[in-house]
Amino acid sequence: MTNLVWLVPLFPLIGFLINGIGWRKMPKGAGGVIGSLAILASFAVSLGIFFEVKSSGTSTVVHLFDFIQSGNLYIPFAFQVDALSSLFLLIITGIGFLIHVYSTSYMHDDEGMVKYFAYLNLFVFSMLLLVLGANYLIMFIGWEGVGLCSYLLIGFWFKNRDYTNAAKKAFVMNRIGDLGFLVGMLLILFNYGTLSYNEFFGQLNGGTVQLSSNMHNWIAICLFIGAMGKSAQIPLYTWLPDAMAGPTPVSALIHAATMVTAGIYMIARSNALYSLAPMALNLVAVIGLATAILAASIAIRQYDIKKVLAYSTVSQLGFMFLALGVGAYTTAVFHVMTHAFFKALMFLGSGSVIHAMGGEQDIRSMGGLGKKMKITSITFLIGCLAIAGIPGFSGFFSKDEILAATYAHSPVMYYLALGAALMTAFYMFRLYFLTFTGSFRGTHDQEHHLHESPAAMTIPLIVLAIMSVIGGYVGLPAVISEHHAFNTYLAPVVANFGHHHLEHSTEWMLMGLSTGLVIIMIIVAYNATKKPNFKENTGLAKVLENKWYVDELYDAIIVRPLLALSSALDRFVEKMGIDGVVNGVGKTVRWGSDRVRLLQTGQVGFYIFMMVIGMTLLFTISFFWVQ
Amino acid sequence: MSTYEILFWFLTVMALSCALGVILSRNPVNSVLFLIATFFAISGHYVLMNAQFLAIVNIIVYAGAIMVLFLFVIMLMNLNADTEPQKNRLVQFAGVISGGALFLVVLAALRTSSVNMLEQSPTDIGLIKNLGKTLFTQFVLPFEISSVLFLSAMIGAVVIGKKEEAVSEVKQ
Amino acid sequence: MPIQYYLFLSLALFCIGIMGTLMRRNAIIVFMCIELMLNAVNLLMVAFSKMYNDASAQIFVFFIMVVAAAEVAVGLAVIVMMYRKVHSVDINILNRLKH
Repeated sequence: MTNLVWLVPLFPLIGFLINGIGWRKMPKGAGGVIGSLAILASFAVSLGIFFEVKSSGTSTVVHLFDFIQSGNLYIPFAFQVDALSSLFLLIITGIGFLIHVYSTSYMHDDEGMVKYFAYLNLFVFSMLLLVLGANYLIMFIGWEGVGLCSYLLIGFWFKNRDYTNAAKKAFVMNRIGDLGFLVGMLLILFNYGTLSYNEFFGQLNGGTVQLSSNMHNWIAICLFIGAMGKSAQIPLYTWLPDAMAGPTPVSALIHAATMVTAGIYMIARSNALYSLAPMALNLVAVIGLATAILAASIAIRQYDIKKVLAYSTVSQLGFMFLALGVGAYTTAVFHVMTHAFFKALMFLGSGSVIHAMGGEQDIRSMGGLGKKMKITSITFLIGCLAIAGIPGFSGFFSKDEILAATYAHSPVMYYLALGAALMTAFYMFRLYFLTFTGSFRGTHDQEHHLHESPAAMTIPLIVLAIMSVIGGYVGLPAVISEHHAFNTYLAPVVANFGHHHLEHSTEWMLMGLSTGLVIIMIIVAYNATKKPNFKENTGLAKVLENKWYVDELYDAIIVRPLLALSSALDRFVEKMGIDGVVNGVGKTVRWGSDRVRLLQTGQVGFYIFMMVIGMTLLFTISFFWVQ
Repeated sequence: MSTYEILFWFLTVMALSCALGVILSRNPVNSVLFLIATFFAISGHYVLMNAQFLAIVNIIVYAGAIMVLFLFVIMLMNLNADTEPQKNRLVQFAGVISGGALFLVVLAALRTSSVNMLEQSPTDIGLIKNLGKTLFTQFVLPFEISSVLFLSAMIGAVVIGKKEEAVSEVKQ
Repeated sequence: MPIQYYLFLSLALFCIGIMGTLMRRNAIIVFMCIELMLNAVNLLMVAFSKMYNDASAQIFVFFIMVVAAAEVAVGLAVIVMMYRKVHSVDINILNRLKH
């Protein structure tokens, strides 16, 4: 089965080619069916691979063909099948399939539906390439591929200028990060002469090349800059909330479940490197924590249902980086998985709401939707419970593990992270109560139009809801079960656990503390939204509503100076310098040709005469001058 | 002086003087006749160099067919009278000077090159048999393509020659 | 016989052809001078063929003749056309290239 791994990205590629070539001609339904079937086929193969890897626990490199071979540089096009990549395969194809099915219904009225599925398949293909690659270059190809698809899908409704601007913003922000990744990759290549994971990590753990930890830190930081861009961390996170311009299933698949976790995958994959780079690891932890708090605080005062979820995603990604930063690599991957379930669920749920509301995204105009949309409401509630960390739901297990690992690392960070987690509980339930309970605040037409979504949309919701509940039981906390199935599974990939074992009493205490506080926050949220009044925000709330004015800050310190610089360059260098030279050349040529034109008498005899003179001159030069 | 050398010099002088005759005679018909004589002299050179086939082809194709065509055209246009307006002296002078300059330059360049004697012994590469073998084995593709060239030239000549009438018919 | 003699002979014929082309205004004479130049080259080719005892050069002479024949057919047709149009074969009338 492992040798058939190339089938996994092949199916989405075929789907992309069929949909991409035929999108003008194909009927809408066919595009959806082809796109979904392609992912389903990938999912089936992925399942086979997963169970084989699970039973054997081995890591296999499947060599497909030679990609670059030049001198000492040898980079094969190879896939690495091990615990980490096969797990990501399952997340990508599994959730990808559900979201494809959801999209067949959600995008049904869109004229570009086949094109949409072509992009979506291309995205899945690139993402699979990203996680399957056996060296950093293949990962980078996938990395750029998902960036492209993200751009295409954010700007899918390209007739709206704001949306295309959001797409451009995402692309540019990612580009900054990609540069970091590229530099890190080149540093590895320069120092170790290889990009292959196995060879590189082998070199790190006692190979022939020994470098100072300073260089390790630099490589790790460069790679982390790449992760910042892709996974929306401070300071490169502002693109993700804007990316909500894309269709909602896209937000669920790309901007919540899969693409944005690429950074976590990369660092988890490079754990051998990060374990040798303590400074970079601390940076990861600090950035992750800061992002978690900042994004959570912004989400408290957002009114757009998708924006809340977007900032929640940024915040949860921050948690994952925090886990990576404190050395709990498997925990971060665990949270990637559970987060993929409940965040995809909530995005799809919000899509269902938006669908019912006829495109309305402002929660101030919603309320009381629970009565009309039972399935959406209940599944959304499950998602909220999971993300808030109520015991028994998947989010509890992964988040609790992150918090425990953070506590073991540094209690101060723990309290800050706990604060972010409490904010998470608050804003999620604020969102839930405002949307699904109370009375309807929209227009009469909208109220009349409210309906539960069709089965193609609700079935993925139900499946994801079930996964959100049971997904956490693969990693029960140490106090309940000594056997941690998830960590055991990932053990071959993560060389160095770095887990600090806490006293059981401490762990119970931490769990109790967070659960209790979360329940209090939910009650606070309920009270705060019982009588919603949306008066003008003042003070801190206004700052939060305006996202800490980070966009304005970037505008002031980066965009405006750049614009000023380029307009100055335009005025002086371009207009006077370059244009002067270019126009000068043109004028000189015109002046010269005005004179030379007189030679054109139009008489054949004269031309022959000139030709003979030229021949004579050429002969003279070549025979007498040159020698 | 051997017979060979006598023949060589005779043919050389004949070729050069007849060539000068081509460009100096006033009457185009005379020019054509001089040119035919030049071609005969060149054919003579071919025979001296054991290129019998080319000598015959030169006479048949050039002196025979092509020059007759020239004569035809000249007579058709009734150009045999020396009606040609002369170019002015300066242009003629410039033509002679530039042609002569080219001649002198190349002559000076080649004067110092090493002397290669042409063998006197007869070779048979110029015979039809050998040339034919080369032509139909090594050069068979260009040979076939040249037939296409001929065909297109023929069609081209016919089209160009007919066009005027077609246009005038349309006008009428 | 030194190869130089043939070189100089064909060079002389070629330059006579050039002079004729430059001096004369009659299109037919100019055309004939071009034929003369072609023949000068042919002569040199045959001389080289003899020198290296290689038949290829003679084949090339053959092809040059082929091309020359085709060229003459088309060229004379053009001259006839020109004569029909302007009732002259003076190449100085053909100065339309100027425009």
